[in-house]
Amino acid sequence: MLDAVPSSRSNAGAPENERVIKLAVLAVGGQGGGVLADWITDVAERNGYVAQSTSVAGVAQRTGATIYYVEMCRDTGRLPVFALSPSQGDVDILIAAELMEAGRAIIRGFVTPERTTLIASSHRIAAVSEKIEPGDGRASSSKVHATAETAAKRFIAFDMEKIAADNGSMISASLLGALAGSDALPFTRESYEQAISAGGRGVKASLAAFGASFDRARGIASAPPPAEKAAEPKAAETGSGAAAKVSGPESLLKGWQDLAARVAALPLALRDMTFRGLKKVVDYQDIAYGGEYLDRLDQAVALDGAEHDYALSISAAKHLANAMCYDDMIRVADLKTRSTRDKRVRREVGVKEGTILQVTEYFHPRIEEFCGTLPSRLGSYIETRPKLAAFLDRRINHGRRIRTDSFAGFVALWFIGGLRRWRRRLLRHKVETAHLEHWYALALGHVRDDYALSVEILNCRRLIKGYSDTHARAQSKFDRVLSALDLLKGRADAADWIRRLREAALKDEKGEMLDGALKTVASLGSDLAN
Amino acid sequence: MAERSFAKEVEKLRLGAGEEFSGEGILAITKALLQCGVGYVGGYQGAPISHLMDVLADAQDILGELGVHFEASASEATATAMLAASVHYPIRGAATFKSTVGTNVASDALANLASGGVTGGALIIVGEDYGEGSSIMQERSHAFAMKSQVWLLDPRPNLPSIVKAVEDGFELSEVSNTPVMLQVRIRCCHVHGRFIAKDNKRPTMTVADALDAPRRDTGRIVLPPASFLHEKEKVQKRWPAAVDFIRKNKINEFFGPEHGSVGIVMQGGMYNSVVRALQRLSLADTYGVTDVPLYVLNAVYPLVDDEFLSFCEGKDAVLVVEEGQPNYIEQAFASMLHKAGRGTKLVGKEHLPMAGEYTGQVMLDGIGSFLRATIPHLLPGEVRAPNKIGDGLDTADLINVVPGRPPGFCVGCPERPIFAATKLVEQELGKHHIASDIGCHLFSIMPPFELGATTMGYGLGPASASAFNSPDAKRRSISFVGDGGFWHNGLTSSIGNAVFNKNDGVIVIVDNFYSAATGGQDILSSRAGNNTKSTKHPITEAVKGMGVKWLRHIDRTYDVTKMQDTLREALTTDEKGPKVIVASSECMLNRQRREKPLVDKAIKGGKRIVKPKFGVDEDICTGDHACMRLSGCPSLSVKSLDDPLRDDPVAHIDQSCVGCGNCGEVADAAVLCPSFYRADVVHNPSRWDRFLEAARRATISLLQRRRESRRLTFADA
Repeated sequence: MLDAVPSSRSNAGAPENERVIKLAVLAVGGQGGGVLADWITDVAERNGYVAQSTSVAGVAQRTGATIYYVEMCRDTGRLPVFALSPSQGDVDILIAAELMEAGRAIIRGFVTPERTTLIASSHRIAAVSEKIEPGDGRASSSKVHATAETAAKRFIAFDMEKIAADNGSMISASLLGALAGSDALPFTRESYEQAISAGGRGVKASLAAFGASFDRARGIASAPPPAEKAAEPKAAETGSGAAAKVSGPESLLKGWQDLAARVAALPLALRDMTFRGLKKVVDYQDIAYGGEYLDRLDQAVALDGAEHDYALSISAAKHLANAMCYDDMIRVADLKTRSTRDKRVRREVGVKEGTILQVTEYFHPRIEEFCGTLPSRLGSYIETRPKLAAFLDRRINHGRRIRTDSFAGFVALWFIGGLRRWRRRLLRHKVETAHLEHWYALALGHVRDDYALSVEILNCRRLIKGYSDTHARAQSKFDRVLSALDLLKGRADAADWIRRLREAALKDEKGEMLDGALKTVASLGSDLAN
Repeated sequence: MAERSFAKEVEKLRLGAGEEFSGEGILAITKALLQCGVGYVGGYQGAPISHLMDVLADAQDILGELGVHFEASASEATATAMLAASVHYPIRGAATFKSTVGTNVASDALANLASGGVTGGALIIVGEDYGEGSSIMQERSHAFAMKSQVWLLDPRPNLPSIVKAVEDGFELSEVSNTPVMLQVRIRCCHVHGRFIAKDNKRPTMTVADALDAPRRDTGRIVLPPASFLHEKEKVQKRWPAAVDFIRKNKINEFFGPEHGSVGIVMQGGMYNSVVRALQRLSLADTYGVTDVPLYVLNAVYPLVDDEFLSFCEGKDAVLVVEEGQPNYIEQAFASMLHKAGRGTKLVGKEHLPMAGEYTGQVMLDGIGSFLRATIPHLLPGEVRAPNKIGDGLDTADLINVVPGRPPGFCVGCPERPIFAATKLVEQELGKHHIASDIGCHLFSIMPPFELGATTMGYGLGPASASAFNSPDAKRRSISFVGDGGFWHNGLTSSIGNAVFNKNDGVIVIVDNFYSAATGGQDILSSRAGNNTKSTKHPITEAVKGMGVKWLRHIDRTYDVTKMQDTLREALTTDEKGPKVIVASSECMLNRQRREKPLVDKAIKGGKRIVKPKFGVDEDICTGDHACMRLSGCPSLSVKSLDDPLRDDPVAHIDQSCVGCGNCGEVADAAVLCPSFYRADVVHNPSRWDRFLEAARRATISLLQRRRESRRLTFADA
């Protein structure tokens, strides 16, 4: 590879007034990169520069990564020869309208430490591949940040999408503000603002977003790199999970305080998680359920110790709470009919004064959910009779749209939510409790031989999520991961393998990765046998 | 109406002599056509020349004033066939389309047009969709020029050069009685620049004049014996005339010193990148003044032998910069040198890659390598033996981090639910052979849907499944075709073919009211009124007219359950012959563009308007992302909760949601989860609305207070 070198003829060595400034914009289709490129061209021309912008339009723009490119040079009366696309190692300013696009720019070689000012909005727009993993498939933002710090001459990054949204504008305006504020181009703030005003659409909001972003970038550009903010004391260190405000009738508050006192008596390391878990189960059911939760947790604590940093107990505190708060119809109905939920929806949708909110919920109950909400004997009676179950399913198994802003719709859900007090007698509770007990006993059974393995078994609870078919698939993955236990038991790396299996199970919907990993485990088993 | 309006920009087309034009390459080409006295223009949209069609459509007033006829042609073949108006009449005509795909479609008409030759200038402007940003197979238009012997111009990518190429093209066409192709690359079409305008010219003869005084000449019709004479005429008369014109008018350009031991020959379109490489090698300045002799082919076919040979005079080595493969130009030059018995060494693909776009880095590497091999003594030390700088950066780590971001369905796209339903039907009935077509719906091949095995050309989806028609098969094929492809070619090649051959497969026609992927141009079945075109011709009627018996029309694609039921029925019915489903809902991009201003205005005007948006209850969502595997909507994404009890991010719908309904419908049809809700905000509610709301809220909050007073409530729960 041949690298650019300064010399008499080359650009870098060209007389200052003949120097070509190269600027590339990497954006996601639909972000308004074209508007930004037009503004930049306009600003350049207002400042006595010749400028040329190019782009790739067409299908490539539909939500995909796309590039706009601008070159500019002081107008000397002669026409410069401009390139039509950016070259590796030959870009002065790179604007990325999203963080991963900044990463892409670095990978493509458009960011070099000797010359490139990298201006990036630090917000994320997840790509489809990041969203469809059953686990957390998101790319690591910190890696991009870290690389950008060394890859660019200057790196200016903050959430420009938020600034745009806060000012009722589009990100193109805040990106332009950051460009102006960075002083990477020899143009005045006024000329940028004139370009925006000349555009004629949404000028006020654009100028506001431009200004806010300008100030932010100026702050970053002039100030020395800010020292890492002193990390705020973590809740875990203070056990402040208990600080949550609780309200309710006196008798219940008393019960809560008793439970809270039990948590306060636990080792500090697991107090935060336990408080959160406790809050969740009490909120889900009642004070007594909170007591059951702590009783179960005590079993783990009894086997645990500070030498392990209470990893087992923390894991138990977390996953017991999740397991005890299984997602049944009652919980869904209860959550959907709370006043806090109404407030949250209004906030998220942005309901303004003088408008009315109507909320439609999408339910699709099946015979399984119906039986789960029946007293356990009745529910089992139906489930063990396939013909009867199929007959009922034909009547139940339909999509239902319920308006929770209407009285009838609300009352229907409110009623189901009210079944909470009988929950312990219902079939679903019986099934879930049995499943929980089996899993928990399995995990705790290994503590003495293999502490780490116990923790990993507890963590497998993460696999169980979703509703209906998704839930069934999740259960099956959970079972498949734990099916490897017999083969792995006694191996020094058993815990590690269970973790790997769990991670594989979170990679795809059907568990194909998991099946592959299980095959590997099976071969390990035969190796052992040999 | 197209996605982008040029209503304001087209006013620039009125600029007169001496005034400065500033704007996009596409607009400059349109202006050049008018300056050349063009009599008629047509074409078919497709990147990178979609905007050329949009500009022309928006400029119809101006075209009308000048007596210029404009057609939004049914296909590239139609557009090229239209150039027949220049066969007998001295009228200048132009057609434009995407290449090579459009040229493929046009090639029947092109070959006929080229054989008989033209009297009036005939210009075909091809948008060469090659390299980064391209959406098609990577081929060259050059081969079409060679096989039909039409001339190919490839001007330097700046506005004055493009405008001049249009002028030259018409003249060249007329003096050589041959159609001329003018090739512009993707970025060149969208390059923003300036040139000094001339006055527009009325055509010397309009199409109306021609209709009033018809002419014919059997000698120009492609039928023996004339066709044999045409072939001879091409090489004996037209070719020499073209070469003469190119030489005399200095269509090709020379830069740099007259003498030198090496030189570079390039396609005009490569000029800027070559100069940029020379600038970076310290061999050229900002304005392209260079130490290396350059020979720039603004006409890449035919080549001018003596011009090239004289450029090679006294040179030891010449580099040919020719993007794409095969390297026709390099081969032709090598043959010239060989036949002339010259010793000049000709190199090209030795230093530059055989295939792929010639990006800045490729050009820098290739030209650097050529110069280091030939004239190292003239290079500055740093270039001769570069100290590698900036190579220390390790991006290998990052490559595994940054996710790919291919194009996909827009927010609220009506095609998403069609493929969600298809995926659900496949979960039920098993995998099927699925044939895809060209258009936005081709995004189905990518995650999260991953549906579709092949794409064989515009309107050819069902045709490409035609072999899969067997009485022994237990499963039927499914094929997709969009409304654009349907009217382009699909009606006959796909639907007619399926009826005639008694194909038993399922055909889904994706009807979104526009040629959406190319930028939302109107087509026959568009629902909007159009002053200059005839729209509102239902696809269902056309399909019935072709003889399809099993036809279902879904007029709201967002109804996933209905879509799923219909597909299931089509795949399982006993009825023979093609099963055609027309799935119609308006392209959301265009719908929003159309409706948003109206809705905003209505709200401001005090009208009662209901605006939908979807949301997710984050405490009900378990973070399994099943919904996203049936969506991929940009507005439906993942979000971390500030809750250590939860490991996986939950679903979240951002402000870009347009409330299309797919989320709720999919959650219902696939029995996913009850996390989604639709929030309808009623703006300017009526008195009845307000009364009802007050009554409801009073009773509901009574119930809420009652329950909440009997339980513990956590402030942040």
